[in-house]
Amino acid sequence: MAAERELVRWSAARLAEALAAGEVSSVEATQAHLDRIGDVDADVHAYLHVAGDDALVRAAEIDRQRADGTAPGPLAGVPIAIKDVLCTSDMPSTAGSRILEGWIPPYDATPVARLRAAGLIPLGKTNMDEFAMGSSTEHSAYGPSRNPWDLTRIPGGSGGGSAAAVAAFEAPVALGSDTGGSIRQPAAVTGTVGVKPTYGGVSRFGAIALASSLDQVGPVSRSVLDAALIHDVIGGHDPNDATSLDERWPSFADAAREGAASGSLAGLKVGVVHQLDGSGFQAGVRQRFGEALKRMAEAGADIVEVQAPHFEYALAAYYLILPAEASSNLAKYDAVRFGLRVDPGGSTVEQVTALSREAGFGPEVKRRIILGTYALSAGYYDAYYGSAQQVRTLVQRDFDACFTQADVLVSPSAPTTAFRLGEKIDDPLAMYLNDITTIPANLAGVPGLGMPIGLAPEDGLPVGLQVMAPLREDARLYRVGATLEAILEREWGGPLLAQAPALGSAASRSDRIRTTPGTAPAPGYGTEPDGGTL
Amino acid sequence: MTDAPEPVVITAADVQHLAGLARIALTPEEIEHLAGELTQIVDSVAKVREVATPDVPATSHPVPLVNVLRPDVPGAVLTQQQVLSGAPDASDGRFRVPAILGEEQ
Repeated sequence: MAAERELVRWSAARLAEALAAGEVSSVEATQAHLDRIGDVDADVHAYLHVAGDDALVRAAEIDRQRADGTAPGPLAGVPIAIKDVLCTSDMPSTAGSRILEGWIPPYDATPVARLRAAGLIPLGKTNMDEFAMGSSTEHSAYGPSRNPWDLTRIPGGSGGGSAAAVAAFEAPVALGSDTGGSIRQPAAVTGTVGVKPTYGGVSRFGAIALASSLDQVGPVSRSVLDAALIHDVIGGHDPNDATSLDERWPSFADAAREGAASGSLAGLKVGVVHQLDGSGFQAGVRQRFGEALKRMAEAGADIVEVQAPHFEYALAAYYLILPAEASSNLAKYDAVRFGLRVDPGGSTVEQVTALSREAGFGPEVKRRIILGTYALSAGYYDAYYGSAQQVRTLVQRDFDACFTQADVLVSPSAPTTAFRLGEKIDDPLAMYLNDITTIPANLAGVPGLGMPIGLAPEDGLPVGLQVMAPLREDARLYRVGATLEAILEREWGGPLLAQAPALGSAASRSDRIRTTPGTAPAPGYGTEPDGGTL
Repeated sequence: MTDAPEPVVITAADVQHLAGLARIALTPEEIEHLAGELTQIVDSVAKVREVATPDVPATSHPVPLVNVLRPDVPGAVLTQQQVLSGAPDASDGRFRVPAILGEEQ
């Protein structure tokens, strides 16, 4: 039992080695994580669905293949959590929405299919803001997830479930998706690692679409190397996604290993984006960011300031482009082909569609669909959507200019540490500001990595660093991230997450903070609390 | 658009119209609430017009690809049963829907 508890703290890389050496079986590793989920997930609520016995059956199958010498790859037998935005043919895929409650897709998303082919064991589906619209998981139709560092605080969003799952040792690694920061911002507030790959680097086939020109699937983990290992598995060209880049990618795991081993950033030009340098951010975020820059400089990096004058307009452009694309993508929920149907009888199909969407969508989804419909409507299209697309060009040009002066760009991953559940739920504009540092990368398609750089002195909560690289240069993120991670972990005497409080049965009574009820999104101006069973 | 941005007010009637276009049967309370929120949000995002001068081209995709084609042969497709597996209602191998036309039509 003690050994099992220990297993859940292992990285995917260490588990893979132990599995290959026969020191541990996949059934043991999977069972240990299922036990951990059973112990802590009532408090954390990272999962919407747990695979349970199905995961153990698959693990036993991998153990047999390993014994026969036919294990499908180095990560075979390693458990993984999957964000509920990704279609899984054997588990419900709801994207955090009532409108897809219980829906089991007839196919796997490409990243999921690739995980299965590599022998990884899906543990379950993780919670998220409905259709990935949010920065806190409070917009999930199934209730929020909680931050393992403090159960009264948000785990970030939209991928708060995946980040909380790895931070609470309920999975060694997970998949996320990042449209405006949904991998990197949760990583920041939970003290974990997450990567948004270059747009087109990972297939979007089977990822339930939010905004197609911004969405990107990526890895969530507790170490830079683990993220790289998963990226190596899920990445690469997929003919089923017309925006998938058809090219050969280097091994990101090799890049991470090189970075960790070298210990040096000599010759690396690190650009601090003046517009994202943290002025106006929480004091502890600014302090740790400044210290991280100092460590990089000590390791030989050349720190330069760069200007991205149009980043100031990125948030506004994003909140036009995203709703516009979302309003179009979400038109598919018509109560005909799949999902919820609310039919009071005697209504036309159009009325049934409208009633079903009223009942099945939460307040944030409605807000963005209506906003997107407005931005795309005749008479406003040029002024709003058209202008936003022009800003997108300007943001790309800013990145191009910055990357002539620096090899990577850095900023804090988020303006604050984890805020309290309920704190921003009634103020959409305040919620949107959480992604101010992460949105420019999505608009330009460039890759970004989020990693922990310490705890804010004022609240003891994790602070994240964002590292961005030019298009297709994802390997650079892993190399630089692994070097900095090794330096910081030496300084901390281990991973940052070793400092996180105990959870579940291991926690003392006073550690186990019970959250107050009423933290879920208020139903007042949206759907009925039960999802609208008319 | 380089004309000076003027304050936009989104009325309840506007929201009702948009909700019709988006096929969402909003309640009167939702419409009232959204009108206020959207006015505030649109006011805040309208700043994109400040820098969107006519000489700046629009970008729709971050990494533009052209002529993404595949050989014109049947691909791996879902079976009829798979396609209908998630439908709220189906019969005779088809999606079953409520009436297409209302009485007055």
